[in-house]
Amino acid sequence: MSATSASDNPRTHRSRRFRPDRDVVEWQGAYRRYDVVKEVFVSFLVVLVLVVVCAVVFSSPDEHPVTVKSWSNAAPVDFAQTAMTELDGTSGVATYGPPYTHTAGAGQMLGPISIERTAGVRIPINTAQDFVLKPLATLPDRPALDVALAEYRDASAAQRASWDAAYENVVAHATFSNGQLVVKGGPYGPVGVLIGNLESMARSGALDGALLASPQLYATNYANPLLFIADGTYLADQAGLRHLQGDQWGMMNETGNFPGQAWLWLYTLWYQVPPMKTSSNGDVEVWAIMMVLTVLLALLPFIPGLRSIPRRLGVYRLIWRDHYRSLGPDILSQMPPGRQSHRR
Amino acid sequence: MSTPSVETFATVAQKGTWTGKFREKAVEAFPPDRLLPDRQPAYVSSWAYVFGALSIGAFIVVLLSGAVLAVEGPAWWHKSNVGLFVNSLHMWSTEFFFMFMVVHLWVKFFMAAWRGRRKATWITGVIAFAVSIGAAFTGYLSQQNFDSEWIGTQAKDGINSTGAGAFWNVLNFGQMLMWHIVLLPLVVALVIGLHVLLVRRRGVVPPFAPTEAQLAKAGVSLTTTVTAAASLPLVQEPVEPLPTEQPTPQEPATTPGLQEPTAQPSPLQEPPPGLPQEPLWNLPEDPS
Repeated sequence: MSATSASDNPRTHRSRRFRPDRDVVEWQGAYRRYDVVKEVFVSFLVVLVLVVVCAVVFSSPDEHPVTVKSWSNAAPVDFAQTAMTELDGTSGVATYGPPYTHTAGAGQMLGPISIERTAGVRIPINTAQDFVLKPLATLPDRPALDVALAEYRDASAAQRASWDAAYENVVAHATFSNGQLVVKGGPYGPVGVLIGNLESMARSGALDGALLASPQLYATNYANPLLFIADGTYLADQAGLRHLQGDQWGMMNETGNFPGQAWLWLYTLWYQVPPMKTSSNGDVEVWAIMMVLTVLLALLPFIPGLRSIPRRLGVYRLIWRDHYRSLGPDILSQMPPGRQSHRR
Repeated sequence: MSTPSVETFATVAQKGTWTGKFREKAVEAFPPDRLLPDRQPAYVSSWAYVFGALSIGAFIVVLLSGAVLAVEGPAWWHKSNVGLFVNSLHMWSTEFFFMFMVVHLWVKFFMAAWRGRRKATWITGVIAFAVSIGAAFTGYLSQQNFDSEWIGTQAKDGINSTGAGAFWNVLNFGQMLMWHIVLLPLVVALVIGLHVLLVRRRGVVPPFAPTEAQLAKAGVSLTTTVTAAASLPLVQEPVEPLPTEQPTPQEPATTPGLQEPTAQPSPLQEPPPGLPQEPLWNLPEDPS
């Protein structure tokens, strides 16, 4: 004769073997007083008190973001060097691949496939045009700049590449003095004028607005200025000072001594261990791991072995200790973890 | 012409109406005493059970503080002390929301709370947790400060590597803000609502039951009686019958644990101290 149990399939539960990690013996015993509305309301009040106390005592962090203006004023040489890589197409964004650029071979691979490439370039960015030449063209009343822009645009690709290479060499040793970028002379044509004007534009704050992708007055997409800033070393240096770098478990941290997104600890963990730590495909590998783990967690009830872990660990004995004691003083000693293997 | 009574409206569906059919199904699945219970099985007696309600309490604070932040817009809290305080409420309620939710998840894991046709409850809980991570993440991206700037420029690589970055641009403040204040809270609320409804529908998972042999070795007399539950739907009404006449420990059942139905309904009662006098479970047979 079968016992009363709830298994997964009502049509077959009588004939299927009882599995303690899948089925239950339905409760036939007593009930206790309970008030679900009161429980939720009291919980809300408890949380509200905790939150108010934490808000009063600890407040919340709000550090100003790095802007192109603050970056170019704090690290003008880094800005100029980064701007040059945007102009000659060697920056991180310029060579990123999908979804920003059509760069041969770019895009992380998960085994033989690249989901990144499959999704395609849907946020196209031409760093020379979008980060340098178009913003410079918005500056009024600068005849020398207009001439330099025209000369650069009218030149052949080979000529521009030659100028770019020459300026790359000198800007690597640039200094900044009296509000001006100081570089050695060289065969870099109009590029010196372009970068010099972009530097002054950035330091004035005008470049921040000019970089916005939207041609409208109202703009909410900050991808261009953020990508430009992230191509420099200044932002990363500032993040490092705040212990926010990737190798400092940065994704789950917050500025200051605030808890941050502690729930991302497992995601961040995979970036700390090889091969993801050094892999050029580390991001997609970490995401793949996390997706698999999330699916496993969701489907845990269906996976023999894994779904037995709670019974084998025996923590339930602690959670329901009052209940088991109510059955008898020695019942828990007769129920060692993992030994409740009801079968029929 | 007489007006139908309220009772008629409430209980009798007009034939063929979607509304009537929906109401009948809804009332059938969630009768009021199941939807808003004022009693629970006696084993639901542990601090471990409070974290689900605490998670909901924290989620309510998250929603309310977020709504206050929305009144004056996303830039308010950067220039107002009151706004900073409300933002602090929002941030700390999020921290507590996740803390309670994680503890709740672990507790339910240790209970193997998916047992007995409760898999959907478990899965919706995991989905609620995962979507909540996305909701919080877009919140961090919408802060308009150094933290959101750094998180956005770093996270883009991970999002882009999955292909999602082509459609979901973490550096687009407007897009992330709308996801944070409209889409994801709606999804989280819906999933949590579904999760709670499933908890109400399926009930709280019973403890792992001892076997007859384990009870016998522990010196516990088998006083269980079997109702006709074996032939009942698997999801039973979480109500008695509790027997009015039941064998005592001094009067063991002639066939321990497995008898023909003898139980009769009785008023709700508190679980007695010590050895139970009422049927506990219909115990499964021993492994042997």
